[in-house]
Amino acid sequence: MGNTLTEKILADHCIDGQVIPGNIIQAGIDLVMCHEVTTPPAIKMLEEHGLKTIFDPDRVVVTPDHFVPNKDIKSAELARTIRNWVADNKLEHYYELGRHGICHALLPEQGHIVPGQTVVGGDSHTCTYGAFGTFSTGIGSTDLAAVLYTGELWFRVPETIKVTLAGRLPAGVYSKDVVLELIHRIGVDGARYQALEYHGPALQDMSMEARMTITNMAIEAGAKCAVMAADDITLEYLEGRARQTDWTVHLPDDDATYADELTIDVSRLEPVVALPGLPSNGRTVSSLTDEERVKVDQVYIASCTNGRIEDLRIAAAILKDRKVADGTRTIIIPSTTTTWKRALDEGLFDIFYEAGCVISTPTCGACLGGHMGVLAAGEVCVSTTNRNFTGRMGDPDSKVYLASPATAAATAVNGTITDPRDYL
Amino acid sequence: MRGTVHLFQRSHINTDEIIPARYLNIHDEATLARHAMEDIDGDFVDKVKEGDFIVAGEDFGCGSSREHAVWALRGAGVRAVMADSFARIFYRNAISNGFYAIEIPGISRKVNSGDQLEIDMTGGKVTNITKDEVYTFPPFTSMIQAIVSAGGLLNYITRQQTGERISG
Repeated sequence: MGNTLTEKILADHCIDGQVIPGNIIQAGIDLVMCHEVTTPPAIKMLEEHGLKTIFDPDRVVVTPDHFVPNKDIKSAELARTIRNWVADNKLEHYYELGRHGICHALLPEQGHIVPGQTVVGGDSHTCTYGAFGTFSTGIGSTDLAAVLYTGELWFRVPETIKVTLAGRLPAGVYSKDVVLELIHRIGVDGARYQALEYHGPALQDMSMEARMTITNMAIEAGAKCAVMAADDITLEYLEGRARQTDWTVHLPDDDATYADELTIDVSRLEPVVALPGLPSNGRTVSSLTDEERVKVDQVYIASCTNGRIEDLRIAAAILKDRKVADGTRTIIIPSTTTTWKRALDEGLFDIFYEAGCVISTPTCGACLGGHMGVLAAGEVCVSTTNRNFTGRMGDPDSKVYLASPATAAATAVNGTITDPRDYL
Repeated sequence: MRGTVHLFQRSHINTDEIIPARYLNIHDEATLARHAMEDIDGDFVDKVKEGDFIVAGEDFGCGSSREHAVWALRGAGVRAVMADSFARIFYRNAISNGFYAIEIPGISRKVNSGDQLEIDMTGGKVTNITKDEVYTFPPFTSMIQAIVSAGGLLNYITRQQTGERISG
């Protein structure tokens, strides 16, 4: 019997146990991602347990991203804790403000992610890196402490769901619409404990940035990880960027065993919004009634899901020579410092400024109700982020609709939830 | 261990509901505890007593990787969560902390708030004393039981190392 992509990567890193779905194994970890919210508790635990060494400082990447520039005194203390820890342990891969970025956009952009790795991070959206043919998954602070000390972790080997993306994306429909459609179909726990393995010709039309939007939201279907086999598009992205030259491109076997298989014909998709409450509340914009096309107080184009340069270009193409609607404040947050500079150089900031948007430094910010766009009671936000849970972006009585950068930008112009194809 | 049930019958209770992100700039367990379940039941922390249990529907703890969710519940006095199913990171974080997260499909339809339950971890059964019913669950695998018994993953690792040093 053959193996899935996830099984192959895990087998390549297995220290103890047999890589069979459902089994517990001990696996070596190639790279650990740390940010300022979940790392400080891990640092404290390591100190309390007298575990003073880091397994390999070269395999640890650190950036402050959630509440930076520091939103309050407590956040300033968290950021200082990781800064001091980085200095004490002489960690080289640290991205201070001015070079920082939202972790899941930053690590691939800076060439830390290569095919075949095992990557863990103290953040649920660590599943993003699976777009490169890596096994990557989010962990909590105790697991983070354990892996920083030992360089290994236990895992339950996940079953794999094979997702085939057939057809070609129509104009105005993007990878965000694809993943919202998938989550709508299988539900927020449709892939619980499992791996999502993507196949199909539609991937050939997607850049690495577009692919990362899909793998980023695997956790929103409950998945442990999402994987896409590395291909020419992956290798082109890595050219001149990857920090190592040796990596392993694993491919799933033709006779691999899948727990389930499903196909999405992307050529039939339309722009989707996930209505407030759960990411699985997807509806096509065209199916919304006039009453459902609510007035929007804020549009938020940002985050590890959709704040990359390609996303900003898509939004700018719609906002060019247009104005945001009165009463719809529009916030743009490039996901990394390099993306911020590129957007500036490409003239996107002029377009956003002329349209009446505000532009922020990279931060997770309001995606999780931190700062830079927190919502008041009763307010409505159309957001390119990944979660629309109750109170996610602010007051428990505020409402979040998830959408692509195109749908968000069209909504900003019109002031109500709007199909971007009206503006192409 | 024996305790009183607080039932949250809904599915997909997420980490933003267990501990809202506005409190993630702190990680002190006692402070987090004051806000446990705040956005889903504002009175929860006043009602819950040391040693009580939460019973919930499917996919408890979905969303973020924040271990703050486990700390907030434990700090508030919750001894164990039993759910129809758990989201994987919450489940993992519970094990890492030696906190009991017990998957019992269908339990959210069988118990009521206020029921007295007795949990037998080694026997894999929960006795509902109020209703005179028994619910069973598969025991943890040996390694996970060892982590939980050690009081969490770091204690487990520390003990393993001590053991290795002694035997080595």
